[in-house]
Amino acid sequence: MLLLLLGIVVLHVAALVLLFVSTIVSAWVGNPNSSSDLWTNCTTLNGISTCNPADTGVWIQAVQALMILSIIFSFLSLFLFFCQLFTLQKGGRFFLTGAFQIFASLFVMSGAIIYTVMNFEWVHQSEFYGFSYILAWVAFPLAFISGLIYVVLRKRE
Amino acid sequence: MPSGLIPFPFHLFSFHHPSLSRNPSHTDLRGEQREIMLSVLALTSVVLLGIASQTTAIVVYTSWERHALVGTDVRLSCSFFSWQWTSPDVTFSWHYRPDGAKEAISIFHYAGGIPYVDTKGPFRDRMEFVGNPSRRDGSILLKNVDFADNGTFTCDAKNPPDIAGSPSHVRLFVFEKVPVQAGVITGAIIGVVLGLLILIVAIYYLMRFLVARRVFSLSMSKHGRKGKGKEGSQQKQALAVTDPAKLKAAASEKKKQESRREKK
Repeated sequence: MLLLLLGIVVLHVAALVLLFVSTIVSAWVGNPNSSSDLWTNCTTLNGISTCNPADTGVWIQAVQALMILSIIFSFLSLFLFFCQLFTLQKGGRFFLTGAFQIFASLFVMSGAIIYTVMNFEWVHQSEFYGFSYILAWVAFPLAFISGLIYVVLRKRE
Repeated sequence: MPSGLIPFPFHLFSFHHPSLSRNPSHTDLRGEQREIMLSVLALTSVVLLGIASQTTAIVVYTSWERHALVGTDVRLSCSFFSWQWTSPDVTFSWHYRPDGAKEAISIFHYAGGIPYVDTKGPFRDRMEFVGNPSRRDGSILLKNVDFADNGTFTCDAKNPPDIAGSPSHVRLFVFEKVPVQAGVITGAIIGVVLGLLILIVAIYYLMRFLVARRVFSLSMSKHGRKGKGKEGSQQKQALAVTDPAKLKAAASEKKKQESRREKK
């Protein structure tokens, strides 16, 4: 029982960490000279790197908001999990925890989809997608599975 | 020692102070400290005033940047600070350096009470003097700005005899449409979603509170009138529906207490 609990918490924390790294690290799109992410565009010319704030378009701000919301909901879901662990009666299901985690995964999914669709505006053909972008796509199924496990799980003991 | 020039209270620091040779009481020492502090304060203020009255650098103020839409009017404000009174010979002058150019051209000059606006340069028929020199305001109004007006405007003011000072720059940005500021939409989306969340939680707790109050009032009235047929059975049904919630809460609390005792 304890092992199962530990496994679930590890999965949840892994999804949360992936979300954090994906949002903060500047590596959504890159080419040999520059890298850009949700917040800044950094270019390295002759060893000097300069960073400018990202394009203040409507869609990039929506992606920023969705990534931050997914982090917040994942945090809240972790907090609710520990709350419900001690207050739920026997046989009850962690509905609220699962719901918040599934919401977080949905936000990550919509953020990544918007970024992929709108990238025709601000990404050239020669540029490749960085690891933060891939981490965002990986975090989505992890969070979704974690949320489903919470919804299915029944409290014993 | 040049003690005659500055009235420094040297007598307080001599070794043969009368109070030190006798028994130094508490009040004597505190009074001595206060004297020293007052004299230091007076000295500093005299020095500062002296310095201030000597360095009469004029300080010119303008905005840092101005943003405007194409076709609108822009007011470039310029003011100055000076220790001298505003003289009747006060002068304002504006220079303009387009983006990418190396030299600045002069576009406005105010001297001897008469404003001279640009009649040959890029701002002919588009500039107006809207300042008030007697109130130290040398602002100009540019009408119908265009993309070619992007650049740096420099205001220089002189208030004789206060003429030493550096001019101040304003950068003009002309936009086709007002760009969305960074973070406005982000904050709005996050705020709306979190607000909805809090609203739903509040409504949920409100509903529970209202239902509990209704149950409470029904139970009170049930005690009041016993054995009244249908109403009694309806109240019993209402109680039965909401009782499981209370029973659940009571059962979970009992279980919590049991598990705590077991752990102990």
